[in-house]
Amino acid sequence: MDFLNALVALTNYIIIPASTYGAQLALGALGVTLIYGILRFSNFAHGDTMAFGTGLAIIVTWGLQAMGVSLGPLPTAMLALPFAIAGTAVLVLVTDRLVYAHYRRVKAKPVTLVMVSVGVMFVMNAVTRFMIGVDDIKFADGARFVISARGFKEATGLAEPLAFRTTQLLTLVTAAIMVAALFWFLNRTRTGKSMRAFSDNEDLALLSGINPNQVVRVTWIIAAGLAVTAGTLYGLDKSFKAFNYFHLLLPIFAAAILGGLGSPLGAIAGGFIIAFSEVGVTYAWKKVATYMIPGFEAEGLLQLLSTEYKFAVSFVILIAVLLFKPTGLFKGKAV
Amino acid sequence: MSGNRTSASQNMGLRYTLVALVLPALFIIEWINGGPNAALGILNMGLISAILALGVNLQWGYAGLFNVGIVGFIALGGLAPVLVAMPPTEGAMSAGGGRIALALLAGIAAIALAIAVNRKAPGKTRIIAVPTVLIAGFAIFRMIFDPGVEAVQAINPSATGFLGGMGLPTLLAWPLGAALAAGAAWAIGKTALGLRSDYLAIATLGIGEIIVAVLKNEEWLSRGVMNVNGIPRPWPVPYEIDIQADAAFIERAAGLGLDPVTASTVLVKLLYTGLFGAVLLALIWLSQRALNSPWGRMMRAIRDNEISAAAMGKDVTRRHLQIFILGSAVCGLAGAMLISLDGQMIPSGYNPLRYTFLIWVMVIVGGSGNNWGSVVGGVLIWYLWIKAEVWGPQIMDLVTASMPPGDLKSHLLDSAAHMRLLVMGLVLILMLRFSPSGLLPER
Amino acid sequence: MSYLDASGMTGGYGGADILHDCTLKVDLGQIAVIVGPNGAGKSTAMKAVFGMLNLREGKVLFDGEDITALSPQDRVRKGMGFVPQVNNVFPTMSVEENLEMGAFIREDDFRETMEQVYDLFPILREKRHQNAGELSGGQRQQVAVGRALMTKPKLLMLDEPTAGVSPIVMDELFDRIIEVARTGISILMVEQNARQALEIADIGYVLVQGANRYTDTGAALLADPDVRRTFLGG
Repeated sequence: MDFLNALVALTNYIIIPASTYGAQLALGALGVTLIYGILRFSNFAHGDTMAFGTGLAIIVTWGLQAMGVSLGPLPTAMLALPFAIAGTAVLVLVTDRLVYAHYRRVKAKPVTLVMVSVGVMFVMNAVTRFMIGVDDIKFADGARFVISARGFKEATGLAEPLAFRTTQLLTLVTAAIMVAALFWFLNRTRTGKSMRAFSDNEDLALLSGINPNQVVRVTWIIAAGLAVTAGTLYGLDKSFKAFNYFHLLLPIFAAAILGGLGSPLGAIAGGFIIAFSEVGVTYAWKKVATYMIPGFEAEGLLQLLSTEYKFAVSFVILIAVLLFKPTGLFKGKAV
Repeated sequence: MSGNRTSASQNMGLRYTLVALVLPALFIIEWINGGPNAALGILNMGLISAILALGVNLQWGYAGLFNVGIVGFIALGGLAPVLVAMPPTEGAMSAGGGRIALALLAGIAAIALAIAVNRKAPGKTRIIAVPTVLIAGFAIFRMIFDPGVEAVQAINPSATGFLGGMGLPTLLAWPLGAALAAGAAWAIGKTALGLRSDYLAIATLGIGEIIVAVLKNEEWLSRGVMNVNGIPRPWPVPYEIDIQADAAFIERAAGLGLDPVTASTVLVKLLYTGLFGAVLLALIWLSQRALNSPWGRMMRAIRDNEISAAAMGKDVTRRHLQIFILGSAVCGLAGAMLISLDGQMIPSGYNPLRYTFLIWVMVIVGGSGNNWGSVVGGVLIWYLWIKAEVWGPQIMDLVTASMPPGDLKSHLLDSAAHMRLLVMGLVLILMLRFSPSGLLPER
Repeated sequence: MSYLDASGMTGGYGGADILHDCTLKVDLGQIAVIVGPNGAGKSTAMKAVFGMLNLREGKVLFDGEDITALSPQDRVRKGMGFVPQVNNVFPTMSVEENLEMGAFIREDDFRETMEQVYDLFPILREKRHQNAGELSGGQRQQVAVGRALMTKPKLLMLDEPTAGVSPIVMDELFDRIIEVARTGISILMVEQNARQALEIADIGYVLVQGANRYTDTGAALLADPDVRRTFLGG
């Protein structure tokens, strides 16, 4: 019984939240890693692209709600998602045209592009604030739980509760679909393969007649799709606050670098490793330990770090990767 | 060719003249419109901004290093006045200070041991040994650390609840602020330099966030969100109250036709101006000397062509580390000065938009690689940043004046505050695109 | 007139001229080899034919058409294939995907061409699902040549195809190149291994300082005592 309770506690407090968060990070890191692979710079504006897209999704959600449209048990925001992706894709394509394209033409150093992306981040941040303000916004509607804590306790008779929220299930399912679609696209379609070729060897890709402008365009559209999905899922799961997405930059970059910049598979693995480390390190293990070790009386909470320092976890992992394996787990292209 | 050069240098001369006329004019106008206090207030922060821009220009302009964690180095420098100038909290050292110090030492020892194990341990055992050492070290650290922190924070939490400082003169905190920032820069530079240029940017982004998080949460150190107030002023700046009580001062102020309150506030600000101006001038002098020394030429050679510089036997990574530390130290110094000016440390106020990206706008607008450019950019952008706070709502009022009252109007009025973010972002992008060498280009 | 007729090429990468009045001609089904000392502008001459540097003077005629102003990509569409010396495969893509990318500009069905490439290089069929980056040097060169063949070029240009491969692999590669030429494709290649290359060459160009020094059939050049002494080490 104690073992079951421990298992439930572990699932409830670690496995479910970390998987959800990991899926969100993975989607974000995929966008960063794709842009890095094709455009060859770390896009600091990615967090704010997520924020902008989520803001757009919220506004469309409000519009749909006002019209009385709903998805039943699912959040209305899922219906708004395609519109938000389209809008964000337009924004990043226009940005690329007006801002980044010039630096590709003059073959600027990557660090210049990084700095430009910081400028873009600034502007996107302001646009998002104009659009939706700086307040904390909760926009999840529909059914709240797939498994509610009380229902689980009554059904199983265990002491420990297990809650599984709709947004968590939705995050996992949506992320799985997105990732499957992305890999199908990259590995099976002509355009997807041309993107991989471009990322692998730009000169040879050009020689082979691959159109760089098309590759860049498709990359931005996909990155926008991933960013908006990640941002909206994150916002549904927690809440939307424009500034939080800036803070997501660090774990996202850490995930992408850990997996190997430019490697999509690495970005996914990185996202989950970062998420599990973050949740695991900031979780108070007292309860699980008490169940697992009979007669054990913990003095403290057995919490390695307080939750305020969860970003320190990504940072430490990032530093360790830079020190020991700068190419990342899946051999990214960058050293 | 020579004709070209003359016109180019004439052009430069014109730019310098223009800047030398416009900047003072802005402050004179501000002085007349807003009074001396407002003008000097902007100027003092402008001087600190100039120093910050100078530090960042060392990194970017001399070496092409992109630091996205300036806010962290400023915050770390800002901790120095707290540690140096605040009076020590009575009983804190005996209650838990010793434990905390011991814990920190244990932490450092664990990291050192881990490094040693990593170097010495044979092959695969490392993969297990290093994490074991680190985890065990962390557990020991927490075991010593936590009771100490609790004890310290229990001491009169509403007024102190932290270790306090050493009760030394505030001026001593300035070099310490520089040293603290330099230490952090060393650790980061050691890790991220020598890899791709993006990695430094990402690593500094991280350290910036972590430092601010530490200051926000470690109450025993910085009182966290409760802020540290009443940090003593640096010599020779007096307190207004004290000089207002001074009969001789009142008399002299009356002689100038000023009331004692205005006179005292202006005097205090002027003294700060003198202090900051002196530091700024010293730093410019040093930077200019460095720039034109063989060392500076080598730095620029490395920046312009890393590969050929490396081929000529220059240790690029080492040089980069050097300049990264120097630049961060200057940011730390400015951070300490900032806290000395404010007299309080508000950890939650360290916002990366304001303390990282605004500095970048200053450097790029001023002219990267040009020290005078950084100074001009620092002062000018700070002026615009402050004024934009006033102008934004005014412009919005104008724009919305003819609108019927309603949601849209109030939304627009509310969002005026975000205007300056937008403007600064656009300024950065436009400068990078159309005038990457800035107002005062590098020669 | 020859199928490829690049005459009087003069130019460089922006600074001083590297090529001085250099002329290269290849007929259909012929193997032309460019040899010469280091820094003679051999690769540069070939890149000039492919449009990778701006010519100040001279022109490139291909199948009678003046293509001097065309970009490399457009020249690929006209029937040129180019195999760079290094970085000539997509390392994280499978062999088959490499070939597919070679056929990127083709709108028609290219499976038949792929089969021909596999027939020419049987080892590639065996390793079709393996990533090109994991293959040996010689196999990678075969992928690179195969990729360039996917557009069914009329002229295949090879920049030092045998650089860094063992002598046995080199012989095999040369055999394959002869086979390619037999299918009616012109070959223009730059080679360090001058003696072996001239042995299979219908026509050889000896370049020195960006200018033609000797031009003759491969056999004649091999027999020329001057060429032997100066460029072939006796």
